[in-house]
Amino acid sequence: MATKRVSGSQAVILSLLEEGVDTIFGYPGGAIMPIYDALYDFDQQVTHYLTRHEQGAIHAAEGYANVTGKAGVCFATSGPGATNLITGLADAQIDSIPLVCITGQVASPLLGTDAFQESDVISITLPVTKWNYQVTSAEEIPEAIAKAFHIATSGRPGPVLLDISKDAQFGLFDFEYKKCTKIRSYLPEYPVDPFQVKAAADIINEAKKPLILIGHGVILGHAEEELKEFIEKTGIPAAWTLLGLSALPSDHRLNVGMLGMHGNYGPNIKTNEADVIIAVGMRFDDRVTGKVAAYARQAKVIHLEIDPAEINKIIKADVPVLGSAKKSLRMLIGNVNQNSHDAWLQEFRDCDKIEYEKVISHDIHPNKVGLTMGEVIRIASEKTNNEAVLVTDVGQHQMIASRYFKFSRTRSNVTSGGLGTMGYALPASMGAKIGQPDRVVFAVAGDGGFQMTIQELGTIAQYGLDIKIIVLNNNFLGMVRQWQQLFFEKRYSFTEMKNPDFVGIAKAYGLASQKVTSRDQLEDAVQAMLDHKGPFVLEVVVEKEDNVFPMVPTGASVSDILLEP
Amino acid sequence: MKQEYIITVFSEDHIGLLSRITIIFTRRKINIDSLTVSASAIPGIFKFTIVIKETLDRVQKVVGQLEKVVDVMKAYFNTNEEMICQEIALYKVPIEELFESDKVEQIVRKSGARILEITREYVVIEKTGHTNETQQLFDELNEFGVTQFNRSGRVAITRSSIEKLSEFLKERDALLEQVD
Repeated sequence: MATKRVSGSQAVILSLLEEGVDTIFGYPGGAIMPIYDALYDFDQQVTHYLTRHEQGAIHAAEGYANVTGKAGVCFATSGPGATNLITGLADAQIDSIPLVCITGQVASPLLGTDAFQESDVISITLPVTKWNYQVTSAEEIPEAIAKAFHIATSGRPGPVLLDISKDAQFGLFDFEYKKCTKIRSYLPEYPVDPFQVKAAADIINEAKKPLILIGHGVILGHAEEELKEFIEKTGIPAAWTLLGLSALPSDHRLNVGMLGMHGNYGPNIKTNEADVIIAVGMRFDDRVTGKVAAYARQAKVIHLEIDPAEINKIIKADVPVLGSAKKSLRMLIGNVNQNSHDAWLQEFRDCDKIEYEKVISHDIHPNKVGLTMGEVIRIASEKTNNEAVLVTDVGQHQMIASRYFKFSRTRSNVTSGGLGTMGYALPASMGAKIGQPDRVVFAVAGDGGFQMTIQELGTIAQYGLDIKIIVLNNNFLGMVRQWQQLFFEKRYSFTEMKNPDFVGIAKAYGLASQKVTSRDQLEDAVQAMLDHKGPFVLEVVVEKEDNVFPMVPTGASVSDILLEP
Repeated sequence: MKQEYIITVFSEDHIGLLSRITIIFTRRKINIDSLTVSASAIPGIFKFTIVIKETLDRVQKVVGQLEKVVDVMKAYFNTNEEMICQEIALYKVPIEELFESDKVEQIVRKSGARILEITREYVVIEKTGHTNETQQLFDELNEFGVTQFNRSGRVAITRSSIEKLSEFLKERDALLEQVD
């Protein structure tokens, strides 16, 4: 490749182009100005979205990465710009989201002098990045960016951060780009061991009551087809984790619903009855396992996982299968027998009936005056033929939406799972919409989380991002209130909120909006929102003190899941 | 049951890697009893020798987390018995103690320590050995007043004939070829 003399800043943009980047989220400032100046010349190749806060930029990059499978890219300046990325980095780190974040830094001679807007970004971001690196000379830029993309997107994905000093941005050098495909200290994934596959297959072929757990790894590893083929061949019921949502169509015959604290009754109860558990790309989060000592003790556990550190971390694997979900499942398919488990599947259906009567019917067809979150979600899902992208915030509405929204396509669920980041939905939905412009994107948030990043309405308005925003307003921090009710004797300590006029706020941003307070308005309002071309804020006032059930209380076993208080 | 383990981490020689390694312990509230960084026998590869007191289960998990660090090639853990290890300690004792009786001299001879420097005010003694040995010498000398003391981190090597990492690197190269 011919070399060309460029500045470090130009090299940043050229390197991003080499990596196929066409979308950047960011916020300029002093120390990253040379890079923004270089960006000015590339508006045909790259679209930059100016958010209203760096946290908005990084969550948008996460949403984009989530729906596209590509690395999300975001820019921020030094000091406060960089520190505002921390929440997003932590979120992406725990949820394995590929991100490449580039921060400006003070000129290298000023490092460590408490210069204006200097912060020790490399040290601060150590625990929340898969890898980070400080660039202090222009020549390092292409290699650092190549490495960043390789690390962010390979193996178990994660966020990386490059901190580029201002003098490196100005420096001139001969640009040449070479993609990074190999780092000697870093093995992204193990080749799948046929012996492990055989051992797993032998157990699966003998299993009487097997259960598959679908994790985020299925989606991250592009293994949806293999998963479907595997469960259809073996006839094994499959339940998904919060981040496994949409890896399989919701209405698939063998999909038995969601695991975990507010998951479905069947998969939780049956976890402790299954004789074999086949976990695919999931990490046995405490919200999934409940009390670990009482989790699936009777079952043989087969753990398909790309990250060796996850094997035996929480739940001991009788047979670990290290490697990518796609390759592991492909090999497993070749080793398992065609089978069916209809009687066992029926047990899940029986549980569904119980859950429907005790919980679901009241959630989606309530007989009380106040609106429930469940009915809003169900209408939104149905009116889009279950084909929309769901972006949720954190709290009650997130659990309700995860329970009642239905999916027909993969990469349709964008949420903050591990970190539980309130304020995630609105900015993440921007990235989701930009990544999937032809699909309906719902941002669902509670009144609390919505106000944590409400300023991103400005970004949505500026770029006309056609996002259907649903604010489920109960004038409470609902999940905390629910816990206060159940575990803290209804001492509602600082959870009630006096909220602004959300419709008025939307209007001030120039966005269409409507407020719904009663059931008879709901369906028409959702329809009007969908018919409207462009962003829309739909505020739905829901029952003030509703609870999310079923629930596995903290410290309880999954089999002690409660259907009512 | 908690016991002493020696963790050996082989890595690239990169700035910031020390922090990236130590925060793995900090996050789990594990105290590092000693930490030594040095070159290994393989050019360009550095070696961290970290001593902690932990349960086997926790050590295994920490080692798993250490190996996740992009710039880390491999981490091992061993018990003290499995390794040959040493520490070095320096002691400063006022010079009068040496002149007033032969007790200090006897202690030094008996413990196999050696005298590094003698000035008008003090004598500096060096002792190499295991922690309990350097500690014992400290206790004995301290009866005469040790005015300064410093013990190094532990250095340790395995009983295998080559650096264990050499084999690993060969395997790793093969694995990297296999995965796309």
